[in-house]
Amino acid sequence: MISQHLPVLQVVVPLLFAPLCVLLRRHTLVWCVALLVSWCSFFIAILLLQQVLAEGEIVYAMGGWDAPWGIEYRLDILNAFVLLIITGIASVVMSFARESVLKEIAEDRIYLFYTAFLLNLTGLCGVVITGDAFNMFVFIEIASLSSYAMISASQQRQALLAAYRYLILGTVGATFILIGVGLLYAMTGTLNIADLAVRIKEVENTRTIITAFAFFTVGLCIKFGLFPLHYWLPNAYTYAPSVVSAFLSGTTSKVFIYVLLRFLFTIFGAEYAFDVMLLDRILMVVAILAIISGSLAAIYQDNIKKMLAYSSIAQIGYMILGISLVSVSGLMAGILHLFNHALIKTALFMIVACIFFRFDSVLLKDLKGVGRQMPWTTMAFVIGGLSLIGTPLTVGFISKWYLIVAALEKDWWWLAALILLGSILAVIYIWKVVEVIYFQSSNTDSQSSQFKEAPLSMLIPVWVIILANIYFGVNASLTTGIARQAAVYLLGGP
Amino acid sequence: MENLLGLYNYWVAIALMMMGFYIVIANENLIKKLIGLNIFQVSVFILFISMGYLDQGTAPIYSEAYTQYSAPLPHVLILTAIVVGIATTALGLALTVRIYQAYGSINEAEIAEMDQD
Amino acid sequence: MLIESALLVPTVGALLIGLAGRYPNLREAITLLTALTLFVIVSKLYLALDAGIVIELELIEMIPGLSLSFAIEPLGILFGLVASFLWIVTSIYSVGYMRSHKEQHQTRFYVCFALALASTMGITFSANMFTLFIFYELLTLTTYPLVTHSGTDEAKRSGRLYLGYLLGTSIGLQLLAIIWTWTIAGTLDFTEGGILAGKTSDVVITVLFVLYVFGIGKAALMPFHRWLPAAMVAPIPVSALLHAVAVVKAGVFTVLKVTLYLFGIDLLAITGASEWLMYMAAATILIASIIALGKDNLKARLAYSTISQLAYVIMATAILAPMSIVGAGLHIVAHAFGKITLFFAAGAIYTATKKTKVSQLDGIGRRMPWTMAAFAIASLSMIGIPPTVGFISKWYILSGALQTEQWIAVIVIIISTLLNAAYFLPIIYAAFFRQPAYGESGHYAEAPLPIVITLCLTALATLVLFLLPGIPLQLSQSLVQELP
Repeated sequence: MISQHLPVLQVVVPLLFAPLCVLLRRHTLVWCVALLVSWCSFFIAILLLQQVLAEGEIVYAMGGWDAPWGIEYRLDILNAFVLLIITGIASVVMSFARESVLKEIAEDRIYLFYTAFLLNLTGLCGVVITGDAFNMFVFIEIASLSSYAMISASQQRQALLAAYRYLILGTVGATFILIGVGLLYAMTGTLNIADLAVRIKEVENTRTIITAFAFFTVGLCIKFGLFPLHYWLPNAYTYAPSVVSAFLSGTTSKVFIYVLLRFLFTIFGAEYAFDVMLLDRILMVVAILAIISGSLAAIYQDNIKKMLAYSSIAQIGYMILGISLVSVSGLMAGILHLFNHALIKTALFMIVACIFFRFDSVLLKDLKGVGRQMPWTTMAFVIGGLSLIGTPLTVGFISKWYLIVAALEKDWWWLAALILLGSILAVIYIWKVVEVIYFQSSNTDSQSSQFKEAPLSMLIPVWVIILANIYFGVNASLTTGIARQAAVYLLGGP
Repeated sequence: MENLLGLYNYWVAIALMMMGFYIVIANENLIKKLIGLNIFQVSVFILFISMGYLDQGTAPIYSEAYTQYSAPLPHVLILTAIVVGIATTALGLALTVRIYQAYGSINEAEIAEMDQD
Repeated sequence: MLIESALLVPTVGALLIGLAGRYPNLREAITLLTALTLFVIVSKLYLALDAGIVIELELIEMIPGLSLSFAIEPLGILFGLVASFLWIVTSIYSVGYMRSHKEQHQTRFYVCFALALASTMGITFSANMFTLFIFYELLTLTTYPLVTHSGTDEAKRSGRLYLGYLLGTSIGLQLLAIIWTWTIAGTLDFTEGGILAGKTSDVVITVLFVLYVFGIGKAALMPFHRWLPAAMVAPIPVSALLHAVAVVKAGVFTVLKVTLYLFGIDLLAITGASEWLMYMAAATILIASIIALGKDNLKARLAYSTISQLAYVIMATAILAPMSIVGAGLHIVAHAFGKITLFFAAGAIYTATKKTKVSQLDGIGRRMPWTMAAFAIASLSMIGIPPTVGFISKWYILSGALQTEQWIAVIVIIISTLLNAAYFLPIIYAAFFRQPAYGESGHYAEAPLPIVITLCLTALATLVLFLLPGIPLQLSQSLVQELP
C-alpha cells in the first residue's frame, strides 16, 4: 500500500520532519532526525528507481486529481536517476555532518540549520519528481530559499554577502523561469508537462513561445551556474559551511540541469530547441568557455574551496557540452557526468571539511605538509583529485571517455582536444594542492609532526564516497546503462 | 494603434520589469536592491493576472448568476508566487540586517572594500 | 591463475612491505621474496607460451564493449621476464644503496617500487589498448613518489616536469588516439595484423600514428624527452627502475605493441604512416648523443644516452623490416642490462666517493676495479661491440635497415655508434689509465658488497646473453614469424 504512494512520500517525508527539527533543539537529536530522514529518502529513491527500471514510467496523481487539472508526479528513468543522486549525496553528507556542523555553525543555530537542510532536500526532490511546470517553480524556490539560509549559517561574515548575492541572482533567475511558465501557460492553457509537450506543437512558431524559451533557458542557466551567469557560485561555495558546500556542489547544479533537460527535450522538443532555436551552438560555445575559464581561474586560487568552486564551473561546462552535442552519446555523457561529478565534488568538499576541522584554514599557505599529519584524508584527496582529472579506474575517466566518443562521432576532433585540455588544466590545479600538502615546507615547527587525523565519523563517509568513485569507475555498467536509457528516451521520446 | 493601447497592460508590466531589474543591478544599497527585486517580481504578477483577465469576467467562484469567469488558474499561480516573493524578501531583509551587524554598512561597494582587506 | 598472480603478487607484496615498515630486515626480505616469486611466475608464463598454451584473462567489463583483459604473447613475456628479473637485482642493490646512504622514507620507497612493478606487469600482459592505458597511467602515478623521493624543492620541480610531460602526453595525445581508434575500429584488442586495416583514410591513419607515438611520452622521443633528465634527481635505484626496468621500457614496449598489433606492419608500410617516425627517431638518436657528449654529470650523460638508445628501438620499429623488429625486441633486453649496470656503477661511485662528475673520475679504476670493469663491459654493450649482447641487437637492426635499403638509418646507426664510443670510452680510459687528480687522498675503496655483486651480475649477463641469446632471440623472432 505504501509502495503506491512512494512518489509523494519522497517529498513529504523531509517536509514533515523539518518542523520537527525546529521543535527539538538539541543538536545531536536534530542531527539524528536529519540523518534518518536522508537515509529514508535514499531508500525510497532506490525503490522508485527499481520500479521504473522494471515497469517503466510511474505516474502519480496528487490527491487523486488526474492530470491535466491536478498536479501529477511523473517518474521516468531520467528523474529517477537524478533522485538517486540527490538522496544519495544527502545521506552521505548527513552521515558526515555532525562534527563539521558543530565546528562551523554557532551552536544556537544548529537546529535551524538542519531544518533548512531538510527543506532543501524537500525542494530538490520536489523539483525532480513533479510533472507540473508551476509546481516545479515552487519547489525550485523552496530549494533555493533554504540554500540561501544554509549558506548564511556560516560564521564567516563573507558568507552573508555571498548568500545575499546568491539570493538576488537566484531570484532573478527564478522569476525568469516564472515568466517562462506564465507565457507557456498563456499560449497553451496547461501547466502539466506531458500536456504541454503535446499542446506546444500547435503554437510553436509564435513569438511568445520564443520569448518563453529564452526566459527559461537564461533563468535556468543562472540557477545552475553556467558561464557567464555563474557570478554567485564561487563565493557561495567558498564561504558556506563545508557541509553545505559539499551538499550544494553535489546537488543544485544536477537538479537544475535536469530541469533544463526536461524543458528542452520533453516540453519544447529537440527539433525546436536545437534546429530552430540553434541552442546547441550557443550552449557548446558557452560550455567550452566555461571549461577553459573555470579551469584557468581554479589554477590561480589560494583558497582550496574557491578552487573547487571554479572547478565546478568547469565541470558544469562538461555536462552542458555533452548535452549540446544532441546525440545519444553526448546526452549519455552529460547525464552520466551528473552522477559522476556529484561523487567527485562532494567527496573533495568533504575532505576540505576534514582539513578545516583540524587546521582551521582552507588557504594553501597554511596547509603545508599537512599530508604527514592527516594521511588518510590527504590520500583521499589524491584519489578524488585523480577522479577530477579523469584518471582511469575512477568515475571521472568514464565521463571523459563518453564525452570524447560523442565528440569524435561527429568528427569534431578539435572539441575532443579541448576536452582533454580541460583535463590537463585540472592536473595543474589539483597537483598544486597535492604538492603543498605533501611536500613539507622548510619552516615548520616541531608541533606539526603530531598526528592529527580527522575524526572517524567524518573519515568513514569520506572513504565511502571515495571508494564509490573507484567502484563506479571500474564497474560502470549500471550507471552507463541507465544514462544511455535516459538519453535514448529523451531523444526519441514524446 | 491597437497594439499600443489595447496591450497597455503588457507595456506596464515590461516597464516595471525593466525598472525593477535596473534597480537591482545599478543600485548599491542592499535594501534598495531588494525593493528593485520586489518591483521586478510584481511586474510578473501583473503580467500574469492581466493575461488571465476576461472582459466582463467575474471572480472565479461558481454562481448561477454569472456566465463569464476570469480564469482561476493565474490567480492561484500569482497567490503562490506572491507568497514566494514574501519569503524571498523576508530572507533578503534578514540577511541585510545580519550584514549590517557584521559590516556596519549596507552599501555593497563599501562592504566589498572591507572584504578586500 | 598465473596472470592474476603476476598482478597480485607485487600488489600484495606492496601491502606487506607497508605493514612491515618498522622492521627493515623483514621488509627487505619481503621485497626480495616478492621479486623472486614474480620472476618464477613470469617464467612459468614463458614456459606456457613456449608450449603453445593460450592463457587469457578477462577481469571485468568496465565500459560496455571494453574490458580489462590480459593475454600472453612473445613481446609481453620478453618485457615481463626482463622487468621481473631486474627487479630482483635492483632490490638487492637498493638494500645496499639505501642503507649506506641512510635514506629517509625507505618503506614508502619499497612500497611504491612494488606498486610500480605491479603496474608494469599490467602493461606487459594487457590484451587491449584500454587495459594498457590504464596501467600506463598507474605506472606514472606510482613512480611519482619515487622520483620526488627526496622531497626537496628540486625534487618537487622535477616531479612537476615528470608529471607534466607524462600526463600531458598521455591525456592530451594518447587518450585522444585511443578513443579515436575505438570509434573507428569498434575494438581495442591487440590483434595480429592490426585492427585498423581498411577502416579509414590514409591521412587519418598517419595522424593517429603521430598521436600515438608522441602520446607515449615514456618512450622519450624528442621533443617530449625533458622528463627523463629531470628525473635524475631521484636516487640511483629509482633511476635504474626508470631507465632499465620499467618506465622507458614500458614506453618503447607500447610503441612496439601499437605498431605491431593496432596498426600492423603491412598497413603502415602501405600508407607510409611511419616514415616520418624513422626520421624523428634518427634525429633523436643523433641529437641526444651529441648532448650526451657535452654533459659532465655522469647521470645526465647516462640519461641522454638512454634517450638515444630508446630512439634506436623506435627507429628499428619504424623501419618495418622483420629483422629490425627482431632487433628492436632484442635491444629492449640489451639496453636494459647495459643501462642498469651503468647506473649501478654510477651509484657505486657516488656511494663510495660522493663523486658525480665525469671529470672527477680520473684513476678511479684502480680503487674500484670491479665497478669500473662492469662499467666498461656495459659501455661496450651500449656501443655495440662483441662479445656483448648490444652487438647482437645492433646487428639485427642494421641488417633490417640494409635489407630495406634505408640508407639514412644505416648512416645514423654508424655515426651514433661512433658518438657512443666518444662519450663512453674516455670515461673508461680516464678511470684506468689516468692518475688521480692532485690532492686526492684516495681513502675510498669499493662500494658496499650488495652493490658490487649486483652490478657485476648484470655486467656478466650482458656477456652471457651474447653467448646464449636463446630466449630473448627466440621471443623476438616469434614476433615476426607470426606476422602473415
